[in-house]
Amino acid sequence: MLNIVVCIKQVPDTTDVKIDPKTNTLIREGVESIMNPFDRYAVEEALRLKEQHEGKITVLTMGPPQAESILREAISMGVDEGVLLSDRAFAGSDTWATSYTLASGIKALGEFDIIICGKQAADGDTAQVGPGISVHLNIPQLTYVKKVEKLENDLITVERLIEEGYEVIESKLPCLMTVVKEINEPRIPSLKGMMRSKKAEIKKLSASDLDVKAEYLGLDGSPTQVVKIFSPPHRQKGEMLEGEVSDIAEKLFSVIKEIK
Amino acid sequence: MKVLKNIQILEDKCVGCQACLGACPYGAIYMEGKKAKIDYDKCTLCGSCISKCKFEAIKIEKKAGFKSAVSLEEAKGVWVLAEQKNNKVQSVSYELLNKGRELADDLRVELTAILLGSDIKEEAQCLIHRGADKVIIIEDTILNHYQSGTYSAVIAEIIKKYKPEIILSGATTIGRSLVPRLAIKLNTGLTADCTALEIDKEKKLLLQTRPAFGGNIMATIMCQNHRPQMATVRHKVFAEAIEDQKRKGEIIEEKPSSELLCSDIILKDIVEEIEETINITEADIIVAAGRGVGTKENLSIIEELAKALDGAVAASRSIVDAGWIPYSHQVGQTGRTVCPKLYIACGISGQIQHLVGMQSSDVIIAINKNPDAPIFKVANYGVVGDLFKIIPALIKRIQSSSK
Repeated sequence: MLNIVVCIKQVPDTTDVKIDPKTNTLIREGVESIMNPFDRYAVEEALRLKEQHEGKITVLTMGPPQAESILREAISMGVDEGVLLSDRAFAGSDTWATSYTLASGIKALGEFDIIICGKQAADGDTAQVGPGISVHLNIPQLTYVKKVEKLENDLITVERLIEEGYEVIESKLPCLMTVVKEINEPRIPSLKGMMRSKKAEIKKLSASDLDVKAEYLGLDGSPTQVVKIFSPPHRQKGEMLEGEVSDIAEKLFSVIKEIK
Repeated sequence: MKVLKNIQILEDKCVGCQACLGACPYGAIYMEGKKAKIDYDKCTLCGSCISKCKFEAIKIEKKAGFKSAVSLEEAKGVWVLAEQKNNKVQSVSYELLNKGRELADDLRVELTAILLGSDIKEEAQCLIHRGADKVIIIEDTILNHYQSGTYSAVIAEIIKKYKPEIILSGATTIGRSLVPRLAIKLNTGLTADCTALEIDKEKKLLLQTRPAFGGNIMATIMCQNHRPQMATVRHKVFAEAIEDQKRKGEIIEEKPSSELLCSDIILKDIVEEIEETINITEADIIVAAGRGVGTKENLSIIEELAKALDGAVAASRSIVDAGWIPYSHQVGQTGRTVCPKLYIACGISGQIQHLVGMQSSDVIIAINKNPDAPIFKVANYGVVGDLFKIIPALIKRIQSSSK
């Protein structure tokens, strides 16, 4: 019996977030909130581990009340239970306070064997919360996992992506892993799953349900602070090359020569 | 639910200009009458609105909830976490030394590099040649290869002893696995994947700028009340520090507590997987292929161009998903972020998910049949045409010059 906890996040669909070039502000109209794309791979990997080894999967998120929708989505994929950590006291959390709060949520759930997170969230792109949780829980961390090779006798062997290729590492359970896209192909929810997710009860926990200290929560528990936000420098208008193929090749060659 | 109003709009200052509405990534500000209001259910206190208000009408109250392991008063000096693989210091470390030197000079403090491994004294000397005043080395066979648990425990102990005010690390798979652990262990802040760093002259604080929301916006972040201020830095954004073999510095050998020199994981194997040419995150020149190349077999023309330029081959998501090339070559939101001197996009339409992974390249050349392809918006040089004619002609031109 494996107890698996998957930490997921609701994010704005970043492909829709754009800057209005005239007003220099974010255009939000039509921007949907979705499950962080990397978290789908985490949910799918949990489902695959459960299929092979039996067990229970809990998805956990910290966020506003409407973040419930991504928990239901995970349930529709086959996850057993959804837990929402929601409290105004959590607002303004940077990765420090977020990992503290999620770790406290995991402790409140009881026993666990494997924590799975997506590699990073698509809004912040920090990749810091997974490792942070593992330190708070004092368990080994396996980042950038692209394959689970073996899981038996409380030992897990994984392949983790590095710049040159991958490493094969073995860890004791319990542990935390963050997964990359290559690990699997997330499933589409079944009709039965969707029906179940509609009726499923979402467990809601606030700060008072957790064994937490107020000074580590939310804005006050966050060492970093955003002081400015602006649109990225626009790339200057490029030059379109026209003419005969040989002329274009000559021009490209001179561009390349200058760089090299 | 108790509503904590850490954020407030000062009604006497708000003129109703609505600038803050557009600044909020979460749609948490709305107008009521002629004043802006916060929707406390949606607001995440991210702070995006603050700098957009010209009238200082938005206030966020923030207390330092807890203290860092290194105190504000004691913290001094700039550190670079150097990275070695197979006993060779990685180029990202020299980039960090370049930026680190600038920050240290601005603050008039020392620049220190820290290097873990075994038999690394010679490499420590290279760090001095590239600008470090001091290098702290920690040698043990268990530290030969990076391992999150051991490295973070050993480095956290050394940081507590020396108390630096700033720490820079590469935003590599090592840096992004290691430094988040240090942030928790040391009770301090960390900013990921920075692309600009400078010292605020008045406050003597590190201003850390990074892309967010998939590169659609930039955010500048500060860590005011905790030390060290830590940042991981995107590879290839800063130039490497220039080597000066005459430069002198001090090498300090540190011995960590013996109980820290153990590992909670076992490294069983390292498999080097990059088949053609070189690792895309290290490459100065990248030739990237998209769906426009048509078939897997046609990739050979891309490989040939990359070879002629001593560059690496990268790919868009669609051809990785199609199984034409391994995932380690994928550039973009779900792949890798690259920052080469030259990026040649061949048959890549340039969906935003791809652009976020490559738009900080120095020079971008795009070749595409479709004149409306979004890739042309970020390209310095665009060619509307048939890549199967243009690329062979270019390869021929390159080869004729090298003869």
